[in-house]
Amino acid sequence: MRHLAADVLVIGAGAAGMYAAIAAAGQGAQVLLAERSLIGRGGATVMAQMTVAAAVGEAAPDHWQHHLADTLAAGRFLCDEALARLLCEEGVEVIKQIDAWKVGWARTPDGRMAQVHAPGHDRPRCVYVDFLATGTAVSRTLRTQLNRQGAVRRVGDLVVTDLVRRGGAVVGAVAWHLASGDVVTIAAKSTVIATGGLTRLYRRNSASANMGGDGYALALRAGAPLIDMEFVQFFPIGHLAPRLVGMDPIMWDPFRYKLGGRLLNRDGEELTQRYGVAEDGRYVATRDVATYAIAKEVEAGRGSPAGGAYLSFEHVPEARLREAFGPVIDRLAANGIDLTRMPVEVAPIAHYHMGGIRADAAMATAIPGLFAAGEAVGGANGANRLSGNAITEALAFGRRAGLSAAAHAARSREVDWSREAAADAVALLRDSAPARDRPNVAAMLAMLQDVMQDEVGPFRTQAKLASALARIAALRRDLGDRPFGSGGAYDAERLDWLDLRCMLAVAEVVARTALARTESRGAHQREDFPAMRPDWAVNQVVTLRDGAVALARESVRAASLQAVAV
Amino acid sequence: MTAQIATLLVERGAPGTPSRVDAFAVPFAPGQSLLDGLRWVRAHADPTLALRYSCLNANACKECMMLVDGVVAYACTARLEAREVRVGPLPNKALIRDLVTEIAPPDERFPSARPGDRA
Ligand SMILES: Cc1cc2nc3c(=O)[nH]c(=O)nc-3n(C[C@H](O)[C@H](O)[C@H](O)COP(=O)(O)OP(=O)(O)OC[C@H]3O[C@@H](n4cnc5c(N)ncnc54)[C@H](O)[C@@H]3O)c2cc1C
Ligand code: FES
Repeated sequence: MRHLAADVLVIGAGAAGMYAAIAAAGQGAQVLLAERSLIGRGGATVMAQMTVAAAVGEAAPDHWQHHLADTLAAGRFLCDEALARLLCEEGVEVIKQIDAWKVGWARTPDGRMAQVHAPGHDRPRCVYVDFLATGTAVSRTLRTQLNRQGAVRRVGDLVVTDLVRRGGAVVGAVAWHLASGDVVTIAAKSTVIATGGLTRLYRRNSASANMGGDGYALALRAGAPLIDMEFVQFFPIGHLAPRLVGMDPIMWDPFRYKLGGRLLNRDGEELTQRYGVAEDGRYVATRDVATYAIAKEVEAGRGSPAGGAYLSFEHVPEARLREAFGPVIDRLAANGIDLTRMPVEVAPIAHYHMGGIRADAAMATAIPGLFAAGEAVGGANGANRLSGNAITEALAFGRRAGLSAAAHAARSREVDWSREAAADAVALLRDSAPARDRPNVAAMLAMLQDVMQDEVGPFRTQAKLASALARIAALRRDLGDRPFGSGGAYDAERLDWLDLRCMLAVAEVVARTALARTESRGAHQREDFPAMRPDWAVNQVVTLRDGAVALARESVRAASLQAVAV
Repeated sequence: MTAQIATLLVERGAPGTPSRVDAFAVPFAPGQSLLDGLRWVRAHADPTLALRYSCLNANACKECMMLVDGVVAYACTARLEAREVRVGPLPNKALIRDLVTEIAPPDERFPSARPGDRA
């Protein structure tokens, strides 16, 4: 067993975690950045190809209050206003900061940041790095800054499996080091969860294999409340067919920003028109409208052959395609796709989680010593996120969490660590279920993804959700409470077991909150309760009580100036 | 479309033990990636098969590099074909298990013990 100590432990090295580590180290804290994959590569950040929203006002005059108004409108009355304000206001600073760190935001010929107009925003507000390189550029930039910080110890292949609580506070964590199989304990005065979202719960998802919602499960088990867990954002036009490798499945969005494109049903009719939005070759339908339209057309038998919608750029001249996407056109050609001659097929795909760990505007959770940042935090985007808000959220929340965690660590003289407090979590990692009759855990994981996709997807009913909960409970029984595998270096079976332990806990929370919300709002659509109801303009907050999920309703937090004051 | 079959000959092993080659017959539709095939093996034949990948599709994480028919390739961009394909770990990196090698930059690996690292 190995033991590490730090002032600040940051779990997850996406944009939020890396920024948190940089900010905390900047305050003089000794930081440990633990990442289950490789630093800056494992999460959603490195995959984000498109645009980042911030009221930098370079393309047109703008103010963060306009951005805030759009964010609140998209959130369908559920946004925590203090968090949304933090995103919009400090978002401007972090976007400028990483510009100074040479992220390379695309520029207009006169040297201003180029900003595109994305659906749901009232003006051109979204910056980007060409071509489809926003996420890689953000990741690389933060990693470069990180490497300059001597006070940050970066460790990859380190899967945090439990937080350690003592005297009501979080005092560190237990982790499993994949590359060696070692069990690791970590004492920390402050801990920041920056583990990203939960889209791996779904069969069709746009993110990585590390997005199983670990952070939500870690927080829940440590006693911290989660909020808005029923709101999973589906990205309407995820690539469906023909099979496309080496490209991200949500790559069509930037095509739509730059070139419009036509979303069509089987019969070549414009798809969203029937649902109240006439696009006419422009990109104006918000994500929830487009998801709804595609699902309904498929249901009505008017979908594309693979079960989605057609997206066509056949009317766009090849020269324009090339100008807008250069080398990407060749990558498409390698996949046998010629956009001047054929449409592609697209369908909704799990993309982002609005819900998450409940935090205040200092990124502090209800548990002393525990902070959260990035997509792991719930509340800023309410029932529906505007495109471009997620990277801004990761950066702004990451910086804020790092500052808060460092301040908390500076106030705490000694960390109240004890081996006993970590004993259960350590014992779990040393345990092994008997080898006989073990089900295939990789198959179980795929089964859970089917359950979530088919029964807890964008369109929900009481019957489907109840069925999902029963199947989740059955999978839980099959998983048992003793890990599979022996726990050696890169024991893939054990990793799946640990992942499924988190995923099942989080899946249950999503299904339970979706079942309880008997209305439709933003990303949560109940076919048996199709209307948005004013009495449901409340957040659902989830805690674990004696191992069981408990739901409560709370009124939405309005902005308070104090809460956002630095 | 009837599925075709790829035969994956996968080099398995851990440091200090002799390696072996396991053969897996993997059904696929044209266009699917080697990573699709290896994940199929884990869910249908052998969940202990170890490989590294994060992004699945985007070719963004660059973690799925391995030796495919003796040539370094990304599993997520190599395509399955209806023939025998040899798959093994990167030869110039330290082996961890099966197809997983140590690819992290040295200063992003588990730190060697420093003073104060005791429980
Ligand atoms: C394909 C794609 C495209 C997107 N495009 C855009 C876009 O154009 N604009 C936009 O604003 N947003 C976009 N988003 C959303 C945005 O990328 C994410 O919301 C954002 O990057 C989240 O950042 P993060 O730092 O919170 O989490 P992530 O970047 O996901 O990082 C989380 C990290 O935590 C690690 N981790 C998880 N669990 C553990 C554990 N138990 N122990 C240790 N480490 C752990 C993961 O491996 C990962 O590296 C996109 C998302 C996807 C998937
Ligand atoms: S899985 Fe990420 S590059 Fe292949």
